[in-house]
Amino acid sequence: MLIKDNDIVTDEWTVLRLHGGDAADRIAVPAGKVIVPLPVWNCQYEALQGRTELGLWLAGFDRAEDIPDAVHRFPVIAIDFHKYTDGRGYTLAYRLRKQMGFRGELRAMGDILRDQLFFLKRVGFDTFDVRADKDANDAMKGFNDFSLSYQASVDTDAPLFKRVTRGVAA
Amino acid sequence: MYRYDRFDHQLVAERVAQFRDQVCRRLSGELKEDEFRVLRLQNGVYMQVHAYMMRIAAPYGLVSAAQMRMFAHIARKYDRGYGHFTTRQNIQFNWLKLQDTPDILADLATVEAHAIQTSGSCIRSITSDEFAGVAPDEIVDPRPFAEILRQWSTFHPEFAFLPRKFKVSITGATEDRAAIEVNDIGLQVVKNAQGEVGFRVLVGGGLGRTPVIGTEIDAFVPWQHLLTYVESIVRVYNEFGRRDNLYKARIKILVKAIGIDEFRRRVNEEWVLSKNGPNTLTQAELDRVAAHFSAPHYADLREGDAEVAVLRRENKAFANWFKRNVKPHKVAGYAAVELSLKRTGVAPGDATAEQMAAAADLADRYSFGELRISHMQNLVLADVRQSDLIELWEETKVHGFATPNIGLLTDIICCPGGDFCTLANARSITLAKAVDERFDDIDYLQDIGEIDLNISGCVNACAHHHVGHIGILGVDKSGEEWYQVSIGGSKGSPAAIGKIIGRSFHFAQIPEVVERLLQVYVRERFADERFIDTVRRIGIEPFVEHVYATPVQEEGSLLLPAYDLIQQGTPYDVPYYSPRF
Repeated sequence: MLIKDNDIVTDEWTVLRLHGGDAADRIAVPAGKVIVPLPVWNCQYEALQGRTELGLWLAGFDRAEDIPDAVHRFPVIAIDFHKYTDGRGYTLAYRLRKQMGFRGELRAMGDILRDQLFFLKRVGFDTFDVRADKDANDAMKGFNDFSLSYQASVDTDAPLFKRVTRGVAA
Repeated sequence: MYRYDRFDHQLVAERVAQFRDQVCRRLSGELKEDEFRVLRLQNGVYMQVHAYMMRIAAPYGLVSAAQMRMFAHIARKYDRGYGHFTTRQNIQFNWLKLQDTPDILADLATVEAHAIQTSGSCIRSITSDEFAGVAPDEIVDPRPFAEILRQWSTFHPEFAFLPRKFKVSITGATEDRAAIEVNDIGLQVVKNAQGEVGFRVLVGGGLGRTPVIGTEIDAFVPWQHLLTYVESIVRVYNEFGRRDNLYKARIKILVKAIGIDEFRRRVNEEWVLSKNGPNTLTQAELDRVAAHFSAPHYADLREGDAEVAVLRRENKAFANWFKRNVKPHKVAGYAAVELSLKRTGVAPGDATAEQMAAAADLADRYSFGELRISHMQNLVLADVRQSDLIELWEETKVHGFATPNIGLLTDIICCPGGDFCTLANARSITLAKAVDERFDDIDYLQDIGEIDLNISGCVNACAHHHVGHIGILGVDKSGEEWYQVSIGGSKGSPAAIGKIIGRSFHFAQIPEVVERLLQVYVRERFADERFIDTVRRIGIEPFVEHVYATPVQEEGSLLLPAYDLIQQGTPYDVPYYSPRF
């Protein structure tokens, strides 16, 4: 189940993952809407570049400089959190949105839990593939944990002190 | 001090509600411990040996009398009537029940306090000089910048899951009392030749199992760029810091691995993109925050007080207290006063609820209703009239704050150690007590003079043993507690890592080892030379030679230490205990 625009929607995409013996240059990319890992895109670039309905997913250890120049060609980019405590994906998302100007769907997947959703949304994720054993309806409550924030990020262009008139010393 | 506006209040209230719900989900079993651990840590809640511990933030060490009274209330209502002030200028309570922690946060919110990011792999509560705003050697008051950093780092969406904890310290004085060289980021507020304010920025300092002195990454970052620059550093760290090994995950390891030049290059490459961007500070915002720290209404007084001068001559106890516990103030006729939390028989930094309430009253009556927590784990009344010193001294005696030992051997920095902490290899509080008892002669202590003794119960170095003039580290050797001794460390001006003197000792040998180190100092020192200066001048060899010259006897009374806390057993019927029990 996928959270999108504060709603639960059916996921139209299939995520291709490399398992044990799979080689990035030989694994078959199925037809239809598929999100492929970065190594598959890199190895099978020739064959894949003509496909319009193709998504890309990045792991936490993927660096901004590894991201293809063709980033804008993907309707969806997913970032995989193998463990929710691995915070690299937040910076990766920030870079994609703020520094590379990616405007497509930015999806958080993997170990995605309710208590991270507020932060994930702030750095630019707009779809959330909540971990299968959790209730996505319940998880959505996480978006409302806070109604304001101090810093500028992807969701807010200015820090609080530039957005509102703040209190002064008595 | 900084007072919340409605936005600060709202955020803290929402945090309380969020944590209440998280605790509820944990108690119902909906959240597993592995999912809950990070959530509770980011609210300062640890699962310790006997119970839950909560670390409450006192941002940059500043506390109002109302907050101090609330700490007393928490101690009475939820704990066992006392609390522990920490080296990062916070306070922690050791005997809590998990289900009470949301109520504690709600109580704290009523006095504009919280426990946000006092633990966890995130940007921690920021520390500063306990004499900020009053120190004669201050160039720029660091507190407005500390508060601006506090707000920026609070719930920063990108940095809630860093590779490891991230500590920032800031000073605006000539003498570094904030240990900026041993923080992940150390900031020194300076003025350039044009008189403009900016920051000398250090990066990659830290203690723990790999002690490193921070390296200068930029000599002058103009104040407007404070947030964008610090954000660039943390972003590079978040991306490149190691996550495969907990012990190699601090920023200091990254800086060492790629070198300061390469690290600086990456930070600058990042900074170019955000410099002058939205997070750039404005004069209006700095002025707004700085107004919260404007000087209190000082009376127009003359420097010095005749009665104080007389009593210093006539009363040795007062003279000792004045010498050690009274500090200079930049305003004529005022002084800063340290309330010692280091009494023989009491864990360093511990204070009872009665003491906290008394300290709050003293602050109201003598110091504009404010206190500071020092990194030495004492309390400070920063704005006391010199003409009030005698009266204040009498009162501090009544409340057990008057031990005239600030900066002396028994002003020990000590972590909770094996008596409380699940990480410890050895006890530290109990050892501090043994050292206290051995050296309880105030004349001898005064003669030895300034010396930092730091005792950590494990390599995590919560008591900063590496930078103690004498540092003691608890180590585990096949299940037994041993202690490694180092000398020559210094926490600042300049910072240095101590050198280990040789093989480790048993618990019961340590007081004698300390005594032998002091014997060498007394033998070798020049007039008025501090212990650390003697060590720097003659090196560690003469100390090593003397300590190991003859076998160090174990002190009989320490051989079977009463393990009081453990004998008391687990106090609560709560099904979430430390794995140790």
